[in-house]
Amino acid sequence: MTSFWSIWVIVLTLACLALIFGLLIWNLKNYTGVKEGESCGHEFDGIEELNNPLPKWWTYMFFATFVWSVYYLAAYPGLGNFKGFLNWTSSNQGITTLAESKKAVAEAHENGQWVQLDKEVEAAQDRFGPIFQEFAKQDVLTLAKNEEALEIGQRLFSQNCAQCHGSDARGGAGFPNLTDKDWLYGGTPDKIKETLLNGRVAAMPAWQDALGDQGVKEMTAYVLSLSGRTVNQKDADAGKAKFAMCAACHGMDGKGSVAHNLPFGAPNLTDNIWLYGGSQRAVEDTLRHGRAGVMPAWKDILGEDKVHLLTAYVYSLSQDQ
Amino acid sequence: MSNNNSTNKHEIVEKNVGLMAILTVFAISFGALVEITPLMFQKDTTQPVEGLRPLTALEMEGRDIFVREGCYNCHSQMVRPFRDEVERYGHYSVAGESVWDHPFQWGSKRTGPDLARVGQRYSDDWHYAHLMDPRSVVPESNMPGYPWLDSTKVDTTYTLKKLQVFRDAFGIDKSSDRYNGKGYGDDAELQAQVDEIHAMNGGEGATEMQALIAYLQQLGTHLK
Repeated sequence: MTSFWSIWVIVLTLACLALIFGLLIWNLKNYTGVKEGESCGHEFDGIEELNNPLPKWWTYMFFATFVWSVYYLAAYPGLGNFKGFLNWTSSNQGITTLAESKKAVAEAHENGQWVQLDKEVEAAQDRFGPIFQEFAKQDVLTLAKNEEALEIGQRLFSQNCAQCHGSDARGGAGFPNLTDKDWLYGGTPDKIKETLLNGRVAAMPAWQDALGDQGVKEMTAYVLSLSGRTVNQKDADAGKAKFAMCAACHGMDGKGSVAHNLPFGAPNLTDNIWLYGGSQRAVEDTLRHGRAGVMPAWKDILGEDKVHLLTAYVYSLSQDQ
Repeated sequence: MSNNNSTNKHEIVEKNVGLMAILTVFAISFGALVEITPLMFQKDTTQPVEGLRPLTALEMEGRDIFVREGCYNCHSQMVRPFRDEVERYGHYSVAGESVWDHPFQWGSKRTGPDLARVGQRYSDDWHYAHLMDPRSVVPESNMPGYPWLDSTKVDTTYTLKKLQVFRDAFGIDKSSDRYNGKGYGDDAELQAQVDEIHAMNGGEGATEMQALIAYLQQLGTHLK
């Protein structure tokens, strides 16, 4: 705040207090010309107004609020740029980037400024941080057998992952089931953690223009035949002839990118698990318009220690109990 | 009557409702003068944060759909500086993030969660599924579905005008690198953005659903 506005705030605040104080003092005196306890001289329906003084308890409470306001303005940041003797503030001000925010936290710490939010975050970090750090030291395979770790992991999952993958982690249309052994990017602890930390962006292109209506129909027949479905053999053969364009991601055998150690997240087409539905209609839609599944990155939101626990939880879901 | 006592000044106020009103306004104006007026002239509250960029044409229309559907009645866009909030939503909101929000969307009530940092938190597909039928992805949700947004097209009658007003009212520097590629140049560039809306879905134009999702996906992503 510039000093002009600082003075503006200070003058108006103090003037307001002074005015209210004056008003109270003024009203403590009987200036009505009517003796205390006597009628003010008007009545309505037999109800008379007596000239009673301000109740004592009320007056004392009013004075007490003045005492409080003086203490408050001295202790807390209320008078313009004056910071108050407690050196207290609710949060760091004037933030324009995340880096500045971090810097402000460090600076306040150094200057002994009491930033309420920072203190709360710090207290929580002191209390809960060691628990997560302790778990972070253990590897995922160990944690996946640790009841307590899985319990925490499950809560993190409910809060952050269930919106897409469901509270039972069985997924939904477009959101992978995490309880089976079918993985788009790999189901090893390392791969799961990578997915959680950095997110994933899948890109199934739209083939309508390249394939045309007939082509989409043929390719659909071939794709469905891969998982053993009964299809029009002629269509399937025609689709197979063009499958090379799909093989770059799904592999020539259609077993998907994990089977071929590719990083594309292209599903295995030979099992009977369908991310976007396995009806002829759904597969045609996928081919025509493409798909763009996105897994958000959780590194900045949850931090690595919590992601580690989540990894263990997600990993445990697909292990035979 | 108080016996024609001329020294009873308080009676003047008690018996003149007009004067009473003027004095009441005078009394409560102190609060506004102290708490509101200085904010109108402070850098903190009038300057955009470093990473803020103007809304694109599609996002702008999405914002207006957000307002039209009354999303602010249940969703705030204001992460307060409390630990439980920053833990759940991310960094607390700062004033410089909403200097271009007119009307601001801070809201005052949360039936649903805060949306100030919802951008990039879910995939577009999730938003689509959720807006079509919230209970398909969040079973306990009591949010209504908005399936018609998927079949109504964005009305672009005033889109160009909105972008022009936005650009001129907030003094967005057309030549600044900062807005490069964001189409905040001359009218031709703004028109190109509007044309992009028309070109979506194979020339059929963007759906309101797409506009709303585009708007949601940028929320809170500018504080970098």
